[in-house]
Amino acid sequence: MAQGVTQHVSEQTDLLELDGIGVRLGGRQVLSDVTFTIRKGEFTGLIGPNGAGKTTLLRVILGLQEPSSGRVLLQGEPRQKNNKHSIGYVPQKLVIDPDMPLRARDVVSLGIDGHRLGFTFPSRQRRDLVAKTLCEVGAESYADARVGELSGGEQQRVLIAHALISRPRLLLLDEPLANLDLKSEREIVAVLGKLAREHEISVLLSAHDMNPLLGVMDRIVYVAGGRVATGSADEVVTSEGLTKLYGHHVDVVRVHNRVLVVAGESGE
Amino acid sequence: MHYLFEPGLLASGPVRTALLIGAVVAITSGVIGVFTVIRAQSFAGHSLADIATTGGAGAFLVGLNQFWGFLAAGVAAAGLMEAFGVQRRRGRDVATGVVLGAALGAAALFLYLGTLRTATTGASFTILFGSIFVISPDTVPALVASGAVAVVTAILLARVLLLTSLSPDLAGARGVNVRLIGAIYLIALAVSVSLAAVAIGAVLSTALLIGPAATALRVTKSPIRAMVASAVTGLVATWLGIVLAYDSYYWPPYGHGWPVSFFVVALVLIGYLLSYARRPRRLAPRSPHEGAECSPA
Repeated sequence: MAQGVTQHVSEQTDLLELDGIGVRLGGRQVLSDVTFTIRKGEFTGLIGPNGAGKTTLLRVILGLQEPSSGRVLLQGEPRQKNNKHSIGYVPQKLVIDPDMPLRARDVVSLGIDGHRLGFTFPSRQRRDLVAKTLCEVGAESYADARVGELSGGEQQRVLIAHALISRPRLLLLDEPLANLDLKSEREIVAVLGKLAREHEISVLLSAHDMNPLLGVMDRIVYVAGGRVATGSADEVVTSEGLTKLYGHHVDVVRVHNRVLVVAGESGE
Repeated sequence: MHYLFEPGLLASGPVRTALLIGAVVAITSGVIGVFTVIRAQSFAGHSLADIATTGGAGAFLVGLNQFWGFLAAGVAAAGLMEAFGVQRRRGRDVATGVVLGAALGAAALFLYLGTLRTATTGASFTILFGSIFVISPDTVPALVASGAVAVVTAILLARVLLLTSLSPDLAGARGVNVRLIGAIYLIALAVSVSLAAVAIGAVLSTALLIGPAATALRVTKSPIRAMVASAVTGLVATWLGIVLAYDSYYWPPYGHGWPVSFFVVALVLIGYLLSYARRPRRLAPRSPHEGAECSPA
């Protein structure tokens, strides 16, 4: 089973290292010189406006997009087939047909062996593991509902459980908070924060709004203008820093513990 | 007075063959069809049926068994569709429509020429609308084997197909060759369509592919149950269709049985309509259990 992967915990704390990643898509330089590391058990927010290249960056880490320059190291080694499964992935908002014959528990079960050929024989062991994983994300009460009939927040929990069941070292989530109501948003962030703390799973989550994440984020990777700035939220999210990144003047305004990034006068 | 299940029904060789092949076709179409519906490839199924018609007609023209024509044309078309990405590019539907029209046009020519040569006027009807009562015994092993290969392929691919349907990116990130899996599935679909073409005709084969699967997907929740329900629905429609067609010998116009395909397709439709009679499922109210203790597995 995929669980075995987590047993070889090396002492190094850098789980993922991106070194000088550049991506060209259709002749356009989408990302250049992206360099940052993610440590074990760290909660990182990949923040930036829509279209900044957050999804592209996640696709590079997943191996779905070849970078035009730079390299991705996972636990100090080039990302390949054999360490791919130490990454769990929750894709951007899926549209799941209500007629899709998958219950929440089936989706989670696909997290174990959905990528392999063969037939799943139901077993007590599998059933218990699926139930435990659904419980860890607080989704056990709708385990038998069709996934297409669940709300957006409920689907997110099920997809997190799907990614979690193979016990990855790193969880990548692409805009998991988009289109969620405030309550679901808070709950999902709490679930992810708990996973990072209690299971030492590193979380890299993309979002266009950093505010829901301010309480749980250890670090921020801010993407704008095809480049990134990394550090703590206080270090990165400053008017000077973001102005440099965006290439035009922006103001960072803090109101009631919320951070707003506002485009400034272009003439300055 | 006669009985629907005549005492002599099962003693007849053609009927026994029809029931056997009907079962193979229904189970294959039922299992494959579930994924056709999930993957929204009904149109691909229909396209393969159109092109299989041309193959069947071509086989008739050169004096081969029509199944080989269905199969060769269907598999070749599946390969070409995959190569050109017909299903992925929405803008290609016009081109696809023109090609399919031309394929059926060629079928018309082949059937016409073949009929001139052999003077068997029934051939057109057989290829277009099926011939389950006149299956030549020497093709039976090939039909059964093709069905078995297609079903086993679909079962082995089931998990990967489901994951891919959920999200191609999710599957791709976990090392699935999404395109290769799609191509293999499309070939299994072509085999299934060819079998259904033998049983209920090339132009009607989509009904047996899509109908039972759509019905099953309305009434079941899990993938395994959907496959079983779809195969059973198809099997009931096909067997009942065969029995009714046999019985229709006594219906007007007396002495001429009605086509099996009519009964099968009509029963498939009835089954689909009945699935709508089922009341929509009410989900129990649910609440997340934050902080609940999760028992270790």
